[in-house]
Amino acid sequence: MGNVLSIILQRLALGLLTLLIVSIVIFVAVNMLPGDFAELILGQGATPEAVKSIREDLGLDQPLVSRYFGWLGGMLTGDLGTSFSQLNFQTNMGGGAGKTVAQQIAPRFANTMFLATVTAAIAVPVAVTLGILAALYRNTIFDRAANIFTLSSISSPEFFMAYVLILFFAVLNPILPSLSNIYDGMVFSDRLNKSLLPALTLTLVVTAHMMRMTRAAIINLLASPYIEMARLKGMSPMRVIVRHALPNALAPIINVVALNLAYLITGVVVVEVVFVYPGIGQLFVDSVKIRDIPIVQACCLIFAAAYILLNLTADVMSILSNPRLRHPK
Amino acid sequence: MSFIFGTIICLAIIAGTAWAFRRLGQYGTGNAPQYRDMSFGVAFGYVLALVVLVWLGLAYVASLSSNTVVANKFFFLGVAINGFILFSIAAWLFRMIGRHVGTESTRKLFRVMPLTASFGVLIILVYAILAIFAGAIAPYGQDEILQGVAANIIPGGDPALGGDPAFPLGTDQIGRDIMSRLIYGAQNTVGIAFATTLLAFFIGGSLGFLAAVVGGWTDQILSRGVDVLMAIPSLIFALLLMTIASVWSSRLGIPLTVFMVLIIAVIDSTRVFRLARAVGQNIVVMDYIEAAKLRGEGMWYLVFREILPNATAPLLAEFGLRFCFVFLTIAALSFLGVGIQPPLADWGTMVRDSAAFINFAQFAPKAALTPLLAAGAIALLTVAVNFVVDWMLHRSSGLKE
Repeated sequence: MGNVLSIILQRLALGLLTLLIVSIVIFVAVNMLPGDFAELILGQGATPEAVKSIREDLGLDQPLVSRYFGWLGGMLTGDLGTSFSQLNFQTNMGGGAGKTVAQQIAPRFANTMFLATVTAAIAVPVAVTLGILAALYRNTIFDRAANIFTLSSISSPEFFMAYVLILFFAVLNPILPSLSNIYDGMVFSDRLNKSLLPALTLTLVVTAHMMRMTRAAIINLLASPYIEMARLKGMSPMRVIVRHALPNALAPIINVVALNLAYLITGVVVVEVVFVYPGIGQLFVDSVKIRDIPIVQACCLIFAAAYILLNLTADVMSILSNPRLRHPK
Repeated sequence: MSFIFGTIICLAIIAGTAWAFRRLGQYGTGNAPQYRDMSFGVAFGYVLALVVLVWLGLAYVASLSSNTVVANKFFFLGVAINGFILFSIAAWLFRMIGRHVGTESTRKLFRVMPLTASFGVLIILVYAILAIFAGAIAPYGQDEILQGVAANIIPGGDPALGGDPAFPLGTDQIGRDIMSRLIYGAQNTVGIAFATTLLAFFIGGSLGFLAAVVGGWTDQILSRGVDVLMAIPSLIFALLLMTIASVWSSRLGIPLTVFMVLIIAVIDSTRVFRLARAVGQNIVVMDYIEAAKLRGEGMWYLVFREILPNATAPLLAEFGLRFCFVFLTIAALSFLGVGIQPPLADWGTMVRDSAAFINFAQFAPKAALTPLLAAGAIALLTVAVNFVVDWMLHRSSGLKE
């Protein structure tokens, strides 16, 4: 057991190291901006004194390396800085403590997590069930139809799916709301109702991938001798798959589920914009448009951290469920 | 709530019918094995498929109604079914033609081609022709604002609805012909995506082969660098870099689209690098590479004359998939408003600009056609490329199971 623990710790350390390097990449990328933040905030007609005072406020007069460690330290303690739009507001309107980046991101992060959870709760069972069915009835009309359908939904852009769903479920047949105006203190069922259409869109995109991988993983196993044995014993095909193939296919399936949840992170940006869902993706895109660098930086790091974490989970899960990977040669 | 109850009741009725269907089959055929061994799920599937088919048929008939007072709820379903039938026939005809025209090898190719793949090839051909000859095909310019024409987004050119037969798909908010913009969109969106993919393959491929041939520290540094870049979700990273590029582009006066091509090419080349390195490493250990090295050939010769020709098959399949990814990324960026910039006509931007019209579909279904046409044009091409790639992979992996 000690062996497993050390492998997991090793992976965790590797993940942390990756995150650290990613943070350097993001920081360096942002510092490739022409001029600096102070000029960007104040625009072209700024007086040198104003630029200097903002520079001192933001600590831009310090060298790059110490600024990086300052930013990183802030990130670790939850202080993500002040967003430019709020800073502008403060300087122009005077007084009043503006919202920090952390205060802006926190509620939206919770909203996005809610959306991702709803999506996962729908997508994972549906995808695994459909994958098993497709493996069971492979090369029938059902399998072919499922193949064409999933291939189409993988390759369509998310916003196409979103608008088709809006058209059919919100406009032509008003069953679900097409705008996800979520606010604090909403009743759970209301919240679920409002976020169901974005969740369904994401489900369509993610399910297809998971289903195809599940099908492939199970079909791969069906050639094994022990499956042949179970079949020769006279077991029903369903029982063979659920009792014999599925437990052994669990490792690749868990892997696929984790990887697709990581894919959700990218998909969430477009879908949130379509449905005006107040999540972190929407905030990210809005900040990109108005060049609010501190928020862009922080969102980028959060997305990257979630991505790395999910990939790490996939890695650890597959090591845990497959003894052969525990003894690397 | 009533919708959920309705669904549950429908499913219960279908389940009952499925049970009865299996029972009747068993009695009617004297317990033939086909019905005796049928599991309930299969019977349920048959009945469900039948119900869906019947419903589709009824909806199709309903979509043909020409009642102008009540908005036609099934209009889009009708369009989808018509499109499906038309495309199937076209793909079938295309395959028939391919089987009888051309050289022996292409005829052989068409003989084993499934319908989905021939559909894909047909669509790719049509898009290529549209993209190359857009200037000749499109009736108006892409940024030509037509003077003296009432803007009318509703397609069909029906004068009774204020349309003009000269603009079959209508004109957009500022009076540009939508059909011309759709055709030019093929040139801009597909062309830029194609150029980006080529660039990504050039960067990723040459660095990947280089890493495979040289090995050692070069390989280590390149591989770790790629690992780090791949740890950031690509769309997120692209958005971050586009933010910075937008500042640079206004400073330097270089169009943002150029930056976008470079950024996406670099981000995507990491995936190509991985594949090229893996394929290259398998080839480098071959004897003929050893022989070339002993002949004293240079690095350039090794990569482009020895390795590249032997790595084309896997790289070609990857090219199709990469193109889809790049195409979708560019469409997503444009849709979010930071991709291809106006006045260039582009499908992602068109969807964003006309998306609000979907809400009018309740009263005039055709109003939603414009955003869906642009988004559908993107989807159609990626689906087509995926069908072809799927078939290619299926053939080369020998998965005949």
